[in-house]
Amino acid sequence: MAAGGRLMAILELSQVMKRYGALIVADQIDLELAQGEALGIIGPNGAGKTTLFNLIAGTVRVDAGAVSFAGRDITYLRAAERCRIGISRSFQIPHPFGGMTVFENVLVGATYGAGKGERASYGRVMEILELTALTGKANALAGALTLLERKRLEMARALATSPRLLLLDEIAGGLTEPECRELVEAVRQIRSTGVSIIWIEHIVHALIAVVDRLAVIDFGRKIADGDPRQVIESPEVREIYMGIEADA
Amino acid sequence: MEWINAIVQGVLLGGLYAMFATGLSLIFGVMRLVNIAHGDLIVLAAYLGLVVLEVTGPLNPLATLALVVPVMALIGYVLQRGIFNFTLGKDILPPLLVSFGLSIILQNSLLEIFTADSRRLTAGALEVASFPMVEGVDIGVLPLMMFLTAMGVIALLQFVFYRTAMGRAFRATSDDPEVARMMGLNNRHVFALAMALSMAVVAVAGIFLAMRTNFDPASGPARLIFGFEAVIIGGLGNLWGTLAGGVVVGVAQTVGAQINPGWQQLAGHVVFLIVLAVRPRGLFPRIL
Repeated sequence: MAAGGRLMAILELSQVMKRYGALIVADQIDLELAQGEALGIIGPNGAGKTTLFNLIAGTVRVDAGAVSFAGRDITYLRAAERCRIGISRSFQIPHPFGGMTVFENVLVGATYGAGKGERASYGRVMEILELTALTGKANALAGALTLLERKRLEMARALATSPRLLLLDEIAGGLTEPECRELVEAVRQIRSTGVSIIWIEHIVHALIAVVDRLAVIDFGRKIADGDPRQVIESPEVREIYMGIEADA
Repeated sequence: MEWINAIVQGVLLGGLYAMFATGLSLIFGVMRLVNIAHGDLIVLAAYLGLVVLEVTGPLNPLATLALVVPVMALIGYVLQRGIFNFTLGKDILPPLLVSFGLSIILQNSLLEIFTADSRRLTAGALEVASFPMVEGVDIGVLPLMMFLTAMGVIALLQFVFYRTAMGRAFRATSDDPEVARMMGLNNRHVFALAMALSMAVVAVAGIFLAMRTNFDPASGPARLIFGFEAVIIGGLGNLWGTLAGGVVVGVAQTVGAQINPGWQQLAGHVVFLIVLAVRPRGLFPRIL
């Protein structure tokens, strides 16, 4: 607990702006995440959710505003450095290193992201494979995995870098209901180890089962942020999601 | 028996070609860079060996490897970080053009410094030492060493690629450079290490080349072609395949020369074209 009754912030975005030509993908976004907190982000397709992750992970740089991590200004830090100080992400579309085994995929994250030797990482890699239910696939080539397994590998690899903040981008999309439940369970367990999480997801009930807070993004702007139930039931959010349903 | 002899000599020669080729194949595999200056870098390594010998006095040329290998590796690292890294991107043309320019610069610099005279690293008795395998087929000690060294180099690279942290970094970066960065890898450093490794192999190849035959500043492009042919015949991305490719080119050349001394190089190129026409992905393409 920090002064002023607020939890110590692990991540802070202030007035973050990003535009691609005339298209504003992040419009003066303020966002704070407390240490150990789990935040869900929802919003229509193209609202700027993945861009927000790119800005946090450092693959894309902000046009204006600031990003700070654990009290340190990281606005100008490169992606590889952000990974080493503890920000890790999984991709919406899984990008495994297809020519390497599952074990090796996770090992690369553990060796370079967490900065440990290979042998020193073996135990940790096995723990992560256990946590993400991939132990049986350790020696399979990552290119030969099913969708669920690939999504798990994304998570496993992100975890291997020993993150303090984990960014999960639509990991539940395309999964069956039981698979989705398994995934929720895995995310819960990761959370219980003290990792802070931001999770972008369309499958709202999966999100609500895990997160403490829910933020809504539309047209690059944050339009709601607060208790998940209240946010879901607020008129603005209902309107956006009703709109989507009418289109679909 | 002459024919068997030609084939045996060709196989051994293939070891040298495989060494020309592995460095080429390695950097193409890791960063999709086609290094046109590869042959000239081999010749540069040969001249470095020559300089070392002139300073130290008569030594076995193989002893110069102790110095030439690390110096070439360092040159490779600096070359990659100082020049090639800036040319890599979606377009494969810039690295091709830059390495072509480097090739011209190297050839002319060597010409300026060492003149156009052809040189050789003399290895004394080792050059002519041989033992009979069967009647009419003698195995030269130097060619045999060349072949065994090539096998050793490939086995070592294979080990580095599949069993070490550095190798996993190479494979991860080659697979997806963007994701590799997210895993905390510094791609520029990884690429530079790959080039350093490639140049270390080039150093070994250069010294063996210089012991086996005369070289001059214009010898590079032909070595590049032999290397390319070995890589393509063997199948891209397969190191043992590259050794097989080197052997195919070597045997084609010695058998060609047996038919008619003027056909040595022609025969190698013709076999290459045939393989390209029949199996465009090489004899042993990587399964993935």
